[in-house]
Amino acid sequence: MLDIQEKLKEIGPYVPEDDDDLLVCRCEEVTKGEIRKAVHGGITTIEELRRFLRCGMGLCQGQTCGTLTRRLVARELHVPQSEIDVATSRSPMRPLAMETAGNDLGNEEKL
Amino acid sequence: MSKTADVIIIGGGIVGCASAYYLAKRGVTNVIVLEASRSIGHGASSRNGGGVRQSGRDVRELPVAMCAVEKFWPHLSEELGVDTEYTQEGNIRMGKTEAHLKKLRTLTQNCKNMGLGVEMIDKETVHEINPYLSDQVIGASFCPTDGHANPLVTTLGYYMRALDMGVKFYTGAKVAGLKKYRGRVREVILEDGTVMEADNVIMAAGYASRKLINTVGLDIPMHDEIDCCLVTEMEPVMFPQMLGCADADFYGHQTHHGSFVFGAVAGPEALMDEDTDTVNFAHAATLGASCRAIEGYVPSLKNAKIVRSWTGWCDCTSDGVCVLGRPEETPGLILATGFNGHGFGTAPAVGYMLAQITVGEKPLVDLSPLRFERFYQI
Repeated sequence: MLDIQEKLKEIGPYVPEDDDDLLVCRCEEVTKGEIRKAVHGGITTIEELRRFLRCGMGLCQGQTCGTLTRRLVARELHVPQSEIDVATSRSPMRPLAMETAGNDLGNEEKL
Repeated sequence: MSKTADVIIIGGGIVGCASAYYLAKRGVTNVIVLEASRSIGHGASSRNGGGVRQSGRDVRELPVAMCAVEKFWPHLSEELGVDTEYTQEGNIRMGKTEAHLKKLRTLTQNCKNMGLGVEMIDKETVHEINPYLSDQVIGASFCPTDGHANPLVTTLGYYMRALDMGVKFYTGAKVAGLKKYRGRVREVILEDGTVMEADNVIMAAGYASRKLINTVGLDIPMHDEIDCCLVTEMEPVMFPQMLGCADADFYGHQTHHGSFVFGAVAGPEALMDEDTDTVNFAHAATLGASCRAIEGYVPSLKNAKIVRSWTGWCDCTSDGVCVLGRPEETPGLILATGFNGHGFGTAPAVGYMLAQITVGEKPLVDLSPLRFERFYQI
């Protein structure tokens, strides 16, 4: 069980860093500073972070930035990286045109 | 860790977070929110299609939906300090056959009788409002005050504001049951044995609410359904309306980000008896069926690429509308569950009224059609 108020007290306020404008998620253009700030605002999981900032939700679905993001969140929360759940992978694993996805039953069996 | 509070809210979804926020705004900040999973908004709150809709709603819940649109959504971004992406450009519910139109006429008339501004529109008007729709669409219902918003950011927006105002949030806090003290629901017992106490307990835990209220002798006839959503990559700006169709094949809209979010019922697996702790994946057949349905109404999206699909849980009651309010036989307990997939759009009004009920104020709209006792008046 995580007491969020206690956790936020423990990690202290957000302190800007020189490279906060570094792009971490290139697909959705999310910076290191935005991620760090979100954690201090109460975001404690990758699931919440993706929903709040869209990092890892673009074309590559976090294949590039997933590990970096986890590392940043862990550092900001003062916990080992292994305590931060990895992002959920979802189908399709590569972007797939609707027409292709809709063609899975063949012409005879269209629902 | 705090173990006593004025109010304990079970469920860190949008209903729980909004209630916490509106309580804190009234000065009731000694509030604890318990979320079973590790993430706020883990359930239906973040897994829905983002509809903020009044048209087509059951007349028992329509006043709540209208209240949300009139009094809360227009200024919610400003209030929460996040971009909820609220877009009030109307909901088009499309029909392709005479049977569809008949269904739409009934829904429209029911809502009009309740004072909602919704009209049937002909083929020409539909295509004027939205030129991207298939030629097979021969009519629709149109409610210009309906719209859509971003459920992920809205839910977390309520959470972060409530947190900032001093509400205590616990994640990974699985509740085992409730306990009465001198006839009043007072104790919340966690699975790890922790006992918390409050004068009021708000039950907003989706389908999990059922087994939790069972522990104080209440039951709501309900089941859990799995629904499927998908999102495309960014597309050029096409149309701002929310789309739906008479047969409920799919619903969806284009987000401010440019991607399209669509949702559909998950076919046979919708009623799988799945443990809600599992990570659900959309069934391959559901994805294909959704895409065929979408292409059938918006043909130019056939080349849009899906980047992600997911499923969510829908807590459905036997009569199709939620349960809101205090059951007569359990003082201290307030129910807010069984939203049947309509919980996101109504959440601001629901959260506000739950705060009203908690402090003993008369809610903004009459909630008696949504009372718990309705299931037992046979």
